[in-house]
Amino acid sequence: MELQGLIYLFVGLSFGLYILIAIWARAGSTKEFYVAGGGVHPIMNGMATGADWMSAASFISLAGIVSLKGSDGGAYLMGWTGGYVLLAMLLAPYLRKFGKFTVPDFIGDRYYSNLARTVAVICVIFISFTYVAGQMRGVGIVFSRFLQVDINTGVIIGMVIVFIYAVLGGMKGITYTQVAQYCVMIFAFTVPAIFLSLQVTNTFLPQLGFGGKIPFAFDDGIRMIDSGTYLLHALDTSMTDLGFAAYTASHSGTWNVFMLTTALMLGTAGLPHVIVRFFTTPTVKGARISAGWALVFIAILYTQIPAVAAFARLNLIKNLQNVDYAKFVNNEVKRSDGSINRGSWFKTWEDSGLIAWNDRNGDGKIQVASGAAFTGAKGKPVFNGKTGKDGVKLTSNPAAPVNMTAAEEKANGKIINEVYLDRDIIVLANPEIAGLPNWVIAIIAAGGLAAALSTAAGLLLSISTAVSHDLIGQVLMKDPETGKSKLSEKAELFAARLAAVVAIIIAGYLGIYPPGFVAQVVAFAFGLAAASFFPAIVLGIFYKRMNKEGAIAGMLVGLIFTFSYIVYFVFMGGDKADYLWGIAPTGIGTIGMIIHFIVAIVVSAMTPPPPTEIQELVERIRIPRGAGAASAH
Amino acid sequence: MDNSAAQAYWKENISTILKLLVIWFVASYGCGIIFLDELNSISFGGFKLGFWFAQQGSIYIFVILIFVYAKMMERLEEKYDIHE
Repeated sequence: MELQGLIYLFVGLSFGLYILIAIWARAGSTKEFYVAGGGVHPIMNGMATGADWMSAASFISLAGIVSLKGSDGGAYLMGWTGGYVLLAMLLAPYLRKFGKFTVPDFIGDRYYSNLARTVAVICVIFISFTYVAGQMRGVGIVFSRFLQVDINTGVIIGMVIVFIYAVLGGMKGITYTQVAQYCVMIFAFTVPAIFLSLQVTNTFLPQLGFGGKIPFAFDDGIRMIDSGTYLLHALDTSMTDLGFAAYTASHSGTWNVFMLTTALMLGTAGLPHVIVRFFTTPTVKGARISAGWALVFIAILYTQIPAVAAFARLNLIKNLQNVDYAKFVNNEVKRSDGSINRGSWFKTWEDSGLIAWNDRNGDGKIQVASGAAFTGAKGKPVFNGKTGKDGVKLTSNPAAPVNMTAAEEKANGKIINEVYLDRDIIVLANPEIAGLPNWVIAIIAAGGLAAALSTAAGLLLSISTAVSHDLIGQVLMKDPETGKSKLSEKAELFAARLAAVVAIIIAGYLGIYPPGFVAQVVAFAFGLAAASFFPAIVLGIFYKRMNKEGAIAGMLVGLIFTFSYIVYFVFMGGDKADYLWGIAPTGIGTIGMIIHFIVAIVVSAMTPPPPTEIQELVERIRIPRGAGAASAH
Repeated sequence: MDNSAAQAYWKENISTILKLLVIWFVASYGCGIIFLDELNSISFGGFKLGFWFAQQGSIYIFVILIFVYAKMMERLEEKYDIHE
């Protein structure tokens, strides 16, 4: 069967499955809508959390980032998994014992203040929309490449699917759909990873193949790398040859890696759509174990990512270096063993604008090395709509030609780079680069969509819940006498669904006009979560003296500081030289978090202690017995 | 449950968490970031040790830590008779 037909089949089947599950598990009450009835088995919940958690960024972009950053990619790998340790020990069990529906619920009750609750709602909306924009862009990329539609149509198809199961099913629908999405996603990532591992290192498990030896020799442009060399050693050698930093050495500096890792770890522990998953288990014990299972399911993917990243990097050099462009894109290049080095993928991605080639030495062959092949911002090509010799897409910003033949370059020990590669294609194009079978490529499409859609749904649900339950139910429509919401359950459920619809429309808009790179935008959401929720919740549980004045001041200062720093340096063109202590915007959440802690503790020390009943509430959530079902107000 | 037992339980809980977080810190920040270059001079198989911790090893340790924590807490709760 042709690739396109297989893609339609696999994507269609998986979508059909999600919708069937959504109809079967649709929510009838607010409790089912918000926390899936509070009775989800820990293993099931762990799997759903894994899907909720692993986004388009994990599935599509992360291997690309690690592949490009080499050793420094560890910040993402450790940050996005290490946060679960904090979540399991510092947050999940206590929030489960507290037993309400949302993060603003906890903040509002613990800090006995509707102002605190409203600030928390604003934080949820900020964080979730920043994050969801990245997901929608991910959906667009996958659709545009695999379904041959334009990005906008892709985003709209994604919106319709999420609409069906998030609006109908609420948390209950989402939980069971996410379990299915986890299975699709892990299958779609693992199968090609195993193929690659066998191909590159003759080892079945990618996790082990990562440390294996390559069974082939290849020319990196400067020298031959012998068969039987350790994969990572081969990478270190060839990358240094080509002018990059060695793959296994850190090059962005310990300090920035430290800050980024911390922002990602604490952000993970403070993300509202992840925290809320621990309200859905039946017991406190369940919440703890569930965090463990979630990390197991995440680790299955995350321990493969660095391996896939290394395989991809090696394959790029091995298959691209010094091949004749015209022959390559027509699948006419033969390897020494007689097999065909198929290069039609290069043309496909060139057409999507994510790859570009500029034949700087005019030898008709592709050369990869460090340095930009195009001039201007980040070396991104600007296509001018014309095509040149052999159908190559021309740009208006090619870097200057060089007066050296490929042989002279080699004799000089320095290759000039001619290729632009977008990092988002590493996972998506990897199987094609390696020449894997069509059905393997087709399931990657289904997996990428599962990853993006499951996270988008989880985020949209936390936005709609924050609006309907906390903002409308607890702040605007609260009955001052009973302290309960004046809305009937039916009306609140309707409000929740309406809020979900509005959130989907805004998310779609952000997907069509994305504010930046997928992974970068996601990193910001983490910075904001680290600076706003993590300290407020941890202080709420571990520091009885914490009062509402401190909490509100802390959240506001943390959020505003982190947000302005990111906006200034990323979107308003702030200069790198002005970074505070050299910290990149992706890691600034760590400083936001520290400022939050300090401000909160100082303000709280200068204002009256919280009332006795709040101190008793804190005592209560520390003791696991008697968690019961998650309860409404 | 009386107040002093609750306090004793909470104290043991905190000390359990702190012990495990020390391991968490050493495995990730220590081996994977701060002492990365030093540990990279040690190789096993095709891996350099620091690089392995940063990209894989720390993740395995995180998983183990959470299950150990869950088990320790279960025991602690039985000791104070506050299990569910």
